[in-house]
Amino acid sequence: MKALRNYIEKIKPNFEKGGKFEKFHSVFDGFETFLFVPSSTSRSGVHIHDCVDSKRVMITVVVALLPALLFGMYNVGYQHFLAIGQQAGFWTMFFYGFLAVLPKIIVSYAVGLGIEFIIAQIKGHEIQEGFLVSGILIPMIVPIDTPLWMIAVATAFAVIFAKEVFGGTGYNIFNVALITRAFLFFAYPAAMSGDKVFVRTTPVCSLGSGSVVDTFSGASPLGQVATATSSPVDIVNIVGQPLTQWDYFLGLIPGSIGETSKLAILIGAAILIATQVASWKTMLSVFVGGAFMASIFNLIGSTPAMTVSVLDQLLLGGFAFGAVFMATDPVTSARTEKGKYIYGFLVGFFAIAVRVLNPGYPEGMMLAILFMNAFAPLIDYFVVESNVKKRLARISKNNA
Amino acid sequence: MGKLFSNKQKSILLGPLSKNNPVVVQMLGICSALAVTAKLEPAIVMALSVTVVVAFANVIISLIRNTIPSRIRIIVQLVVVAALVTIVSEFLKAYAYDVSKQLSVFVGLIITNCILMGRLEAFALANNPWDSFLDGVGNGLGYGIILIIVGFFRELLGSGTLLGFQVIPEKFYEWGYVNNGLMILPPMALIVVAIIIWVHRSYNADLQEK
Repeated sequence: MKALRNYIEKIKPNFEKGGKFEKFHSVFDGFETFLFVPSSTSRSGVHIHDCVDSKRVMITVVVALLPALLFGMYNVGYQHFLAIGQQAGFWTMFFYGFLAVLPKIIVSYAVGLGIEFIIAQIKGHEIQEGFLVSGILIPMIVPIDTPLWMIAVATAFAVIFAKEVFGGTGYNIFNVALITRAFLFFAYPAAMSGDKVFVRTTPVCSLGSGSVVDTFSGASPLGQVATATSSPVDIVNIVGQPLTQWDYFLGLIPGSIGETSKLAILIGAAILIATQVASWKTMLSVFVGGAFMASIFNLIGSTPAMTVSVLDQLLLGGFAFGAVFMATDPVTSARTEKGKYIYGFLVGFFAIAVRVLNPGYPEGMMLAILFMNAFAPLIDYFVVESNVKKRLARISKNNA
Repeated sequence: MGKLFSNKQKSILLGPLSKNNPVVVQMLGICSALAVTAKLEPAIVMALSVTVVVAFANVIISLIRNTIPSRIRIIVQLVVVAALVTIVSEFLKAYAYDVSKQLSVFVGLIITNCILMGRLEAFALANNPWDSFLDGVGNGLGYGIILIIVGFFRELLGSGTLLGFQVIPEKFYEWGYVNNGLMILPPMALIVVAIIIWVHRSYNADLQEK
């Protein structure tokens, strides 16, 4: 650590005004503050600071995402070898998934950070750290077979139009990673849904070659629910064996890369809550909202999708992932404490509603969160207003 | 009077193409810019239709501007515009049936296009017929040019074609290129218009809002 600090101090003058690399000041600054908490403090007013600035917060979220990412890699390999009907060891599966997922992470970071660096240079700003989390979220919420150029186009679109035009990190109305996914979903629907995209059947770097077994069908559990004609829906894995809730929880099911394992997401949630980075109120109320809507549908029960049990609804698809990592995004969710309950509840509510009522969108979480992103400021406004009213009423009562 | 256009008339005609553009500066007619630009051909037809209607409506209103009682001028304007729109609509049905099908209600809705009422109110009621005609043509083309730019990009990126001809080579599709379905949907039209405004403002610093 000491050596790194010394090295940075040594090269720092090159990037100051008048130095050799003056032009790259913001790039240097970005890396320096990323590695070490800056010692500069605010110059006006009274502020209480601790060492946890937003770069440290972002890193915490990335750490919380790692279990889901690593499991996702393993699951990509697991599904692949299941599809081609070959036995493979744990490390082979993991390595296959690692090779398949890594390019997506690289592309997402290269494109997103590239745009951020360029804009920061043009505008003379500091590099902002917001993309650290978005960059790892993007590869985790797409199917494994999404082409890299699509991810690049969608990432560029989202960073420019969902973030930079609003003023950069902290000013965006919508969750950047979800805008990326929404762009992919609406622009390239064939690459984002259906039963061809969630399991990679081709070899990666000549690892895991083979042809798929005859019983193979790559439909994800939610895809099966959407197309089911009879209830109760029998959800099977990609080679036609029945799946249990235990499988949904562990995550050995086809789906977007990071979303399948609820266990890994739970570990992430524990990290986020323990470090107080994300609000447990939002997470909890998303699940309450989802359970509420799912039980209403259970009572109606007129289509196969409505009869899917409450627990299944919460375990399947991106619901848990969205609840823990997306809905809690501090920038786009409601800020007021009461608002978080309302916001979370409605996210869960709409996610299940979209899922069940529109078979064209088997996954409702993305749309529900984006929809509620738009309403979060309104929720905050009314929560604050009602508080103002309450206090005014108290004053007039005391004075009377 | 040797010249066809005086300097003032030149600015009346050419101003709306850029600095005073009805769509990207005055923000009028956005609705139809979203609706008819998924393909280039309807965008061009719509551009021409609006140009014809706004030019002749301007002339007619300008001719009778001194006889219209100001209390009922909106109704008079509407009648004139409606008559012209009906003529254009019938013309399209007769000679370009497919396109008029694609444009569907949006030909009829030219009546409600804010650009028309705006030009009639702001210009034709106070200027002579020739100036009004130029103003109408200028604004129609200013509207049309945006429609055509938007239509160009939406058709190229959304369908890989231009005016119905395949432009993006088959090879690209074999390499894995896929048309962008979002381009066909209305939200993308809004974003394309926004990009045009962005580019336009960065070239015209005096138009930038503080």
